[in-house]
Amino acid sequence: MFQFLLRRIGLIIPTFIGVTIAAFAFIRVLPGDPVELMAGERGVSPERHAALMKQFGYDRPIWEQYLDYFFSALQGDLGNSLVTKKPVWDEFFTLFPATLELSICAIIFAVFIGVPAGIYAATRRGSWPDQAIMGTALVGYSMPIFWWGLLLIILFSGTLGWTPVSGRISLLYFFKPVTGFMLIDSLLSGQKGAFSSAVSHLILPTIVLGTIPLAVVARQTRSAMLEVLSEDYVRTARAKGMSPMRVVGVHALRNAMIPVITTIGLQVGVLLAGAILTETIFSWPGIGKWMVDSIFRRDYPSVQGGLLMIAVIVMTVNLIVDLLYGLVNPRIRHVR
Amino acid sequence: MSDQAIETSSDTRATGLRADLQEFWHYFSENRGAVIGMWFFIFVCLVALLADLIAPHGATAQYRDALLTPPVWQEGGDWRFLLGTDAVGRDMLSRLIHGSRYSLFVGCIVVVGAMAVGVTVGLVAGFVGGAVDTLIMRLMDIILSFPSLLLALVLVAILGPSLTNAMIAIAIVQQPHYVRLTRAAVLGERNKDYVTAARVAGVRPLRLMFHTILPNCMAPLIVQAALSFSTAILDAAALGFLGMGAQPPTPEWGTMLAEAREFILRAWWVVTLPGLAILLTVLAINLMGDGLRDALDPKLKRS
Repeated sequence: MFQFLLRRIGLIIPTFIGVTIAAFAFIRVLPGDPVELMAGERGVSPERHAALMKQFGYDRPIWEQYLDYFFSALQGDLGNSLVTKKPVWDEFFTLFPATLELSICAIIFAVFIGVPAGIYAATRRGSWPDQAIMGTALVGYSMPIFWWGLLLIILFSGTLGWTPVSGRISLLYFFKPVTGFMLIDSLLSGQKGAFSSAVSHLILPTIVLGTIPLAVVARQTRSAMLEVLSEDYVRTARAKGMSPMRVVGVHALRNAMIPVITTIGLQVGVLLAGAILTETIFSWPGIGKWMVDSIFRRDYPSVQGGLLMIAVIVMTVNLIVDLLYGLVNPRIRHVR
Repeated sequence: MSDQAIETSSDTRATGLRADLQEFWHYFSENRGAVIGMWFFIFVCLVALLADLIAPHGATAQYRDALLTPPVWQEGGDWRFLLGTDAVGRDMLSRLIHGSRYSLFVGCIVVVGAMAVGVTVGLVAGFVGGAVDTLIMRLMDIILSFPSLLLALVLVAILGPSLTNAMIAIAIVQQPHYVRLTRAAVLGERNKDYVTAARVAGVRPLRLMFHTILPNCMAPLIVQAALSFSTAILDAAALGFLGMGAQPPTPEWGTMLAEAREFILRAWWVVTLPGLAILLTVLAINLMGDGLRDALDPKLKRS
């Protein structure tokens, strides 16, 4: 296992270096040099331009600039935002809990509906409930989620008036963030109605962000379950006279969950991409919306820093999923 | 007549392209959803081809006397505009019909581009192996470390927002999947006897790659093509929605949605219809993709 761990970490280092090169290159391949980008449309005089180039070290060889960038990034220095002038690192971690909270809720939503639906469909293969569930899953999988969000707003916020349209909590409530998770903070604040306000703000974004993972999880659970149900040990368990509930719920489920857990782990990229759209629709103050806003504001250091941080998160989660997979499935450890 | 002759002639199994197609259709048509998806996809293709003939109005023609007219079955509807008009009086139906062109065009170009590059790179990686393989695969890992939509968004920010650049960005983001699939298939085929035989017979590397090995790796690639066709349409619409794809007044479905956002509570049709068009098209292609997988995956074939 230890060797497997080392090998996987060994694989991730070149990828990480590559990702930093990509993020570093991002600002360099934009039209105009970094100082012109910083100055924006105001422009700078040639003398000031030269002075700034020197001040920020842009007159040095490119590899030296890269090494500089690489080692500052390792120490959490991603530069300052052009708009707020604050460190990108701080900006990122102020907004990240909002995205994390939304993503966790979306995954819970996807798993708690998707897994039972997939199991149910697998145990009744070919029946009309199976076809209905798989049909719905394919619709969910094909869903343009930005449109889905607008539809839900029309129905639940517009026609029914049940849920708010944007933000994380009503403006009536104000308290200092402790954990950054609105659900926990609103409870800690002890203000009446704060928690339910946070919940009602969270419902629609959770459904929108969770839709595609839900469809993927349901499809994956069904196919994994079908595979396991046809194995000999399941037949043996049935032949012994074990109750169908126990055969499916305990014996089959344990093995069927292995690929499903991998799938869930791999949804993190889907979630972060989905967060871009979901947060934009619901004005959710997370990193997805921040990235889009930064691109539109031409706040390139923020885009660069966000790009790097998001790639690192995706890589880390994929690594954890791989290691977990190796832990539960010994065959994987010895491949290659 | 000898016994042997009877033996050979009694084998009536057909061979060749025609038989392959028949076998494919046999498995494909078993999946009812796939057939429905295929018919709908053909319908969308026809609509796109004949857009100029069947669209009742021009895609950008504005009727100032009919702003935000509801669809014809609702109160206040106008028979001139079957699905109503948008905020500047453009006919929704005509815009949707013209929009089908953009979505299908995006899908085709992205799939062809990503596949051509991805398959070539994948073949090289799998066939050459060694340091080249490692380098290529690490490069693909880097691209795959970024969520696809985010990377496409950033690439468009670098290239400048337009439909062409959106297509380039989406193709770049999708091409690693083809590389990985092709490489895996090539690694599976590389050491089989027929490849060794061809190599011994003096077949040159290029011909070996594209002519000997590639045809036997096509099944997963075709399924992936269907998948990435639908993803490309979704991503292009998402970029359009974020203002980073096709620019107004282009009747691209995602761009139409972005323009319609402020009217969501006043005029449901300007928001609902373009999204429905995206959903149905993508759904049809995904249904077809499922059917293709069933028909082409030898593991799933029940003989």
